[in-house]
Amino acid sequence: MQPESVTQFQPVPAKPSGEPPLVAVPVEATPAPSIIVPLPGLSVPAIPVPAIPLSGPRPRGAKRALATVRRNPLALAGGTILILMALIGLFAPLLFPGDPLAIVAEPFIWPGSDAAHPLGTDSLGRDLLSGIAHGAGVSLRVGLSATALGLVIGVGIGAVAGYFGGWTDAVLSRLIEIFQTLPNFVMLVVLVAIAQPSVTTLSIAIAVVTWPTVARLARAEFRSIREKDFVMAARSLGFGHGRIILSEILPSALPPLIVTASVMVASAILMESALSFMGLGDPNVVSWGSMIGSGREYLRTAWYMCALPGFAIMLTVLALNLIGDALNEILNPRSHEDRR
Amino acid sequence: MNGPIVQPRVPAVPLLAVEDLRIGFGAHQPVSGVGFDVREGETLAIVGESGSGKSLTALSIMGLLPSSARIAPGSSIRFEGREISALSVKDARALRGGSIGMIFQEPMTCLNPVMTIGDQVAEALRQHQPLTRKAAKARAVELLDLVRIPDPHRRVADYPHQLSGGMRQRVMIAIAVACGPRLLIADEPTTALDVTIQAQVLDLIDRLRRELSMAVLLITHDLGVVAQWADRVVVMYAGRKVEQGEPDPLFARPLHPYTQGLLTASPRLDDNFHYSDGPLNEIPGSISSVAGQVGCAFAPRCAHACTACRETIPVLHHLTDGRQVACPVLITEEHRVAAFHR
Amino acid sequence: MPTALGIVIISFLLLQFAPGDAVDVLAGEAGSATAEGMAEMRARYGLDQPVLTQLWAYLSNLVHGNLGWSPRYNMPVTQLIWDRVPESLVLTGAALVLALIVGIGLGAVMAAREGRLTDRLLSVLSLVFYSVPAFWIGLMLIVLFSIKLGWLPSGGAGTIGSSATGVAALLDKLRYMVLPTISLSLFYIAIYARLARVSMIEAKGQDFVRTARAKGLSERRILFRHVLRNALLPVTTVAGMHVGGMLGGSVVIETIYGWPGLGRLAYEAVMGRDFTVLLGILLFSSLLVIVANALVDVLHSILDPRVGGSDAA
Ligand SMILES: Nc1ncnc2c1ncn2[C@@H]1O[C@H](COP(=O)(O)OP(=O)(O)OP(=O)(O)O)[C@@H](O)[C@H]1O
Ligand SMILES: [Mg+2]
Repeated sequence: MQPESVTQFQPVPAKPSGEPPLVAVPVEATPAPSIIVPLPGLSVPAIPVPAIPLSGPRPRGAKRALATVRRNPLALAGGTILILMALIGLFAPLLFPGDPLAIVAEPFIWPGSDAAHPLGTDSLGRDLLSGIAHGAGVSLRVGLSATALGLVIGVGIGAVAGYFGGWTDAVLSRLIEIFQTLPNFVMLVVLVAIAQPSVTTLSIAIAVVTWPTVARLARAEFRSIREKDFVMAARSLGFGHGRIILSEILPSALPPLIVTASVMVASAILMESALSFMGLGDPNVVSWGSMIGSGREYLRTAWYMCALPGFAIMLTVLALNLIGDALNEILNPRSHEDRR
Repeated sequence: MNGPIVQPRVPAVPLLAVEDLRIGFGAHQPVSGVGFDVREGETLAIVGESGSGKSLTALSIMGLLPSSARIAPGSSIRFEGREISALSVKDARALRGGSIGMIFQEPMTCLNPVMTIGDQVAEALRQHQPLTRKAAKARAVELLDLVRIPDPHRRVADYPHQLSGGMRQRVMIAIAVACGPRLLIADEPTTALDVTIQAQVLDLIDRLRRELSMAVLLITHDLGVVAQWADRVVVMYAGRKVEQGEPDPLFARPLHPYTQGLLTASPRLDDNFHYSDGPLNEIPGSISSVAGQVGCAFAPRCAHACTACRETIPVLHHLTDGRQVACPVLITEEHRVAAFHR
Repeated sequence: MPTALGIVIISFLLLQFAPGDAVDVLAGEAGSATAEGMAEMRARYGLDQPVLTQLWAYLSNLVHGNLGWSPRYNMPVTQLIWDRVPESLVLTGAALVLALIVGIGLGAVMAAREGRLTDRLLSVLSLVFYSVPAFWIGLMLIVLFSIKLGWLPSGGAGTIGSSATGVAALLDKLRYMVLPTISLSLFYIAIYARLARVSMIEAKGQDFVRTARAKGLSERRILFRHVLRNALLPVTTVAGMHVGGMLGGSVVIETIYGWPGLGRLAYEAVMGRDFTVLLGILLFSSLLVIVANALVDVLHSILDPRVGGSDAA
C-alpha cells in the first residue's frame, strides 16, 4: 500500500551544485591571480573571514540533540506516543488478560457508552480496547523485526556492493534494481499468499520488499567512505575486509541508516496493517489492520470499529515519522542547515 | 602632487551618489557609513579585502540585498538624482536591468541551467522594451555578437553548461548591458576566471563602457586591475571608505595606513609569488576582529595607531584632486595646504 | 532488459513455490474431480513438465505476450489483465496528477512562508498525510462523504446501467473517482510537498535567481520561470519511482472501492489462490514500472538540458 518512500523522505533532493544555498553570504573569494598588469602586480590579500553564522553558534553533539528536541516539541510528542504505545503493547497481556479475540460482551457497544468497555465492542462482542492494546504489540513486533531483518539484508548487500565495487557491485546493484522495480505491495501480497501468514512470515516478507532501499543507501555510503583516509590507513595496516567493513566504515555510515530505520518501522507497520486489513495477516492474533477489516462490513452503522484502530495506526506511524525527522535533523545536520 | 590645483569638471548631479550608506543584519553592521559618487562614463573601482562590505554596497544599489539586511535610516543612494529607496516597486524594477546592469563573481552558477542563453538575454530585453519574441531573439544574437561570443547565431540556442566560464561571463555581460544601462556594476567579474580570460573580460567591459557610454562600478580584489582600468578608486575597510583618489597618485603615495599595508602586502609580479600560495604576514590581524569595537576599525592592525584612534572614528579628510582619506597620520603639509586653499 | 529478465525469473520461481496449483484449487472448488481428470488438466496446462522445461515454456510464452491461462476465469491471463489496465491507469494516473499538483502547491506555499507558522502547520499536516494508512482514510472518507453527507458514491466505477453519454458520463465517472483518487494520493501529496518545499528553498537561493532579479523581472515571473522549473527537476525524478508504489497502493484502494482495476484483480486472485493471475499482475506491473522509469528519463532529459545532452566548451 504505501511502500517505496523510505528514502524519499530525507529532504535531500538531487542537488545540482552539491552546496547548501546561502543567500548572499560571501563565499571566501578565490583570490585573483594578479598577472594582468604591467604595473607591480598589486592585489588585496584576501584574509579569510570566517563566515558569520546566520543565527549564532551551532551547538554540537549531545547539546545539539537536546537543542533540536527543545526547538522541536513535536519530536518529543512523537517519542512520548511511541513509548506509550510500546508500554501498552508490552503490558497488554497484564492489562487486558485473556484472549482479545474472545467474545466478552454484547456486540456493537458504542465507545463511551459502557464503562466496562470504554472503546466499545465489535460485531461479535469483542472488546476493542483490549484488541487495540494487543494489536499495538503485534504492530510494533512486526515493524521492528521486519526493519531489523531488512536492515541486516540491506546493509549486508549494500556494504558488500559499495565496498568491493567492480563486478560484485555490478551484480548486486542489478539485484537491488530488480527488487526495486517490483512493485512492493504487489510483491508483498504474492509472498504472503504463497507463505502461510504468521507474524514471522509477515516480517520476513516485509523485509524482502524493503531491503533494497537500505541497500542503495548503504552502498552509496560505503562507496564514499571507503575512499576516506582512515579507511585507507586501516587497509594499509592489513586489516581484513570484514573488520574494515564492520568496525571502520559501518560506524560512519550509521547516521543515515538510523534515520532510515525509523521510517522503515513506520512503513512496515503500514504494510502489515494493510495486509491484515485485506485478510492476509496472521489469523491467530489481533492486529489493528484485521480489526479494521472486520469492522468494514459495518461501516454504515458502526464506523467506530474502523475508526479507532486506524487512529492507533496513524498515531504510531506519525510518532515514528516525527522521530525520524528529528533524527535526521540531529544526525544529518547538513541537509537542515537552511531550515528552521 | 605639486603645483596648482586643477579642479576636475564635475557635472552638477553625478550619475550615482551614495551617501552615508549603512547596512545591518540585526546588531551587526557590515557596511557602516560609505559614500561615493560615480560620474557619467567613468570607471570607479572599489577595493578592499574580503568581508569589507563591497558586495553589500553593490547589491544595495540594485535593491538586491538579502531580505534579512536593513539599510539604516539616513543612508542615501541616488541614481540620476532620484532616491532609490523612494521608488515604487515598479520603478525600482525598471531601474534594475534597465538603467543599471549588474554582473556577478560566479559565472558558473549565475545563469539558469534550464534556459537557453538566448532566452535569458531576450528575457532581459523584453522586460524593459516592447519587443516581439522574434525581435528580442534577433537582438539577443546581436548582443552575443557584441560581447564577442563566436558564432552567436548557433550559440543562442546553447544552454549554459555548454559554455566555458569566460563565455558565460560574456553572456552575463550581454544580459547586463542588454537595455543600454547608464551604469554597469561588476562585482569581481573576473575573480572566478582563468588568468588569460580575465584581461579579455575586463577589456570587453571597458570597450562596452566607451561604446555604450555607460559608467562602470568595478569591484575587485586586484590592485593591478584598478591601476589599469579605473578612473578613480575607493578603498574600503570594514564597511567604511578609508581612502579615495585617482589610482596613480593613490598608489604612488597611499595616505591611509591600510592602503599602504595593501600595497606592501601585495606580491610583486616579478616575485612570481601568489598570496594564495602561502600566508602573508604583512597586515597583521584580520578584519574579523572588528566587531563591536569603537574607534578606527583598522587600529588594532595599524602601526601608527594612538589612543585617539582607538576611541573615536577618524573623520574623512578632503584633500586635493578629490583625494579623501579617513586617517590624519600620513597626510603631509602639502596636502593640507592644498586642501585649505580649495 | 536484464532487469526485466530478472523479474521474469523471480516471478517464475515464486510460481514454483506456490503451494498446489490452480488445478488443485479448481478441483477443490468443483469438489468432484478425479485424480485422472486432474492429471489430464495438468497435462493440458503443461503443469506436469520438469521445472526447466516449464521455465522455457514460460519464457517463450512471455515473448509472445502470453502470461498463461487462468483456469479459474477460464480466460488468458493477458486478456484478463488487459481488460483491467485502463481502469488502473485512470486511477493511478489521476492520483499521480493530483498528488503532484497539490503536493507541489503545498510545497511552494511552505517554501514561501519558510520557518513561519504556515510552514510549520503544513509540515505537520503533510507528515500526518504521510502517516495515515491509505485504506483507513479511504474508509473514513466513505463514512463522511457517502454515508453521512451522501455526496459521493461509496464504490464502483460508474453508475451501473447508466445510459449517460458524453459529458454526463464523464461527470458520472469523475464522481466515482473522487474518493479513491484522494485516498491513493494523500501519501504522495505528503512526499511531493516536502520534497518541493526543500527544493524550492534551495532553488530560491541560487545565483541565477539573483541574476533574474537583477534583470528587473517580477517576483511572479521569477517564481515560475526560474525557481519552479529548477525546483521541479528532483520532484519529477522521484515521481517516476512512485508508479510502482501507486500500483501497489491501488490493490487496497481498489478493493475498498470496488474499482475494477488490476489491484482488485490481484485481490481476487489471492483470494482464489490463482497464482498464474497474481504473478501475471506482478510481472505486468513491473513492466509498467520499467516503462514509467523510461518515460521519466525522457521527460527529465527534456526538462533538464544537462542530462544526456552534448557538452561543449
Ligand atoms: N546574508 C548575510 N547575513 C549576515 N551577514 C552578512 C550577510 N551577507 C553579508 N554579511 C556580512 O557582511 C560582510 C560583508 O559582506 P560582503 O559580501 O559585502 O563582503 P565583500 O567585501 O564583498 O567580500 P568579498 O570580497 O569576499 O566578496 C560579511 O563579512 C558578512 O559578515
Ligand atoms: Mg563580494
